Amino acid sequence: MKKGGIKIAGKLIKSRLIVGTGKYKNFSETAKAVEASGADMVTVAVRRVNILDKKKPILTDYLNPKKINFLPNTAGCFNSEEALRTLRLAREMGGWKLVKLEVLGDKKTLYPNMIETIKSTKALVKEGFKVMVYCTDDPILAKQLEDNGASAIMPLASPIGSGLGLQNKVNISLIVKQSKVPVIVDAGIGTASDATIAMELGCDGVLINSAIANAKKPIIMAKAFKDAVISGRNSFNAGRMQKNYFASASSPTKGLI
Amino acid sequence: MAKIQLNGKKIVIKSNFSLFDLLKKYKLNNKKVAIEYNGLIISKENLKKKKLKNYDKVEIVHFIGGG
Repeated sequence: MKKGGIKIAGKLIKSRLIVGTGKYKNFSETAKAVEASGADMVTVAVRRVNILDKKKPILTDYLNPKKINFLPNTAGCFNSEEALRTLRLAREMGGWKLVKLEVLGDKKTLYPNMIETIKSTKALVKEGFKVMVYCTDDPILAKQLEDNGASAIMPLASPIGSGLGLQNKVNISLIVKQSKVPVIVDAGIGTASDATIAMELGCDGVLINSAIANAKKPIIMAKAFKDAVISGRNSFNAGRMQKNYFASASSPTKGLI
Repeated sequence: MAKIQLNGKKIVIKSNFSLFDLLKKYKLNNKKVAIEYNGLIISKENLKKKKLKNYDKVEIVHFIGGG
């Protein structure tokens, strides 16, 4: 993380940890957690302004889009039309072209609807958007997203907000090995060590929201994730030792008394 | 007077009210928002030109916390 970060659609994002801004107690806690995480990019949702309460604080009072990269998402959209409408509005708001697409297929699991997701990716790319795509951990579908112009592949570790961690390490590895665009594990990470595992598999980054926001002490957890992602990346770069069936003494036997 | 629908709620506004006036009424003219007018996105430069009339549907959106 000291050097590099992730390059997405030509843009350098300085931290491999991207954080969500939902589910916090209040905006002050959101801002503190974002700060502690060291993230250079945050996801945000697009919603109606509350017209009944003019004085209510808003997110941009606490997080400055000039200082941190906003990644507008399409959370809550269940078809391609809703997703496109949301991201066009996001683009109008601040000129954002780099966006996170997520088209859901089921309210209970929040699993992505991959048919609508691929359709939306195509349409958005055609309109000039740079699309980071939330998807299932199916390597064939991930490849199709890449072939259709996705700027980053974002497979789930497990269902959104479940905290179940990486359920299919093999598939995530396959996606990492085949992809030429960044692979960022999105959704389902439960605790810091899950993020380390994802990074050790060679993922380019992780996106965390619930695991930080729903921790008993979110700001400390944000720092834990920052360190976990750095450790995982360093470990991946270092290349782990081989696993062996038998022991291998760490102290030399020569000169034994 | 004109009856319009703003963010799903029926409201009454003065006649000859523009989209820009509507934003000002809700103190949103200096905030990061986007406006959809009868299904079409209206850019900031054109807000003063669009005068509201009966049955218009307006959506004003902004960024909130999300994952």
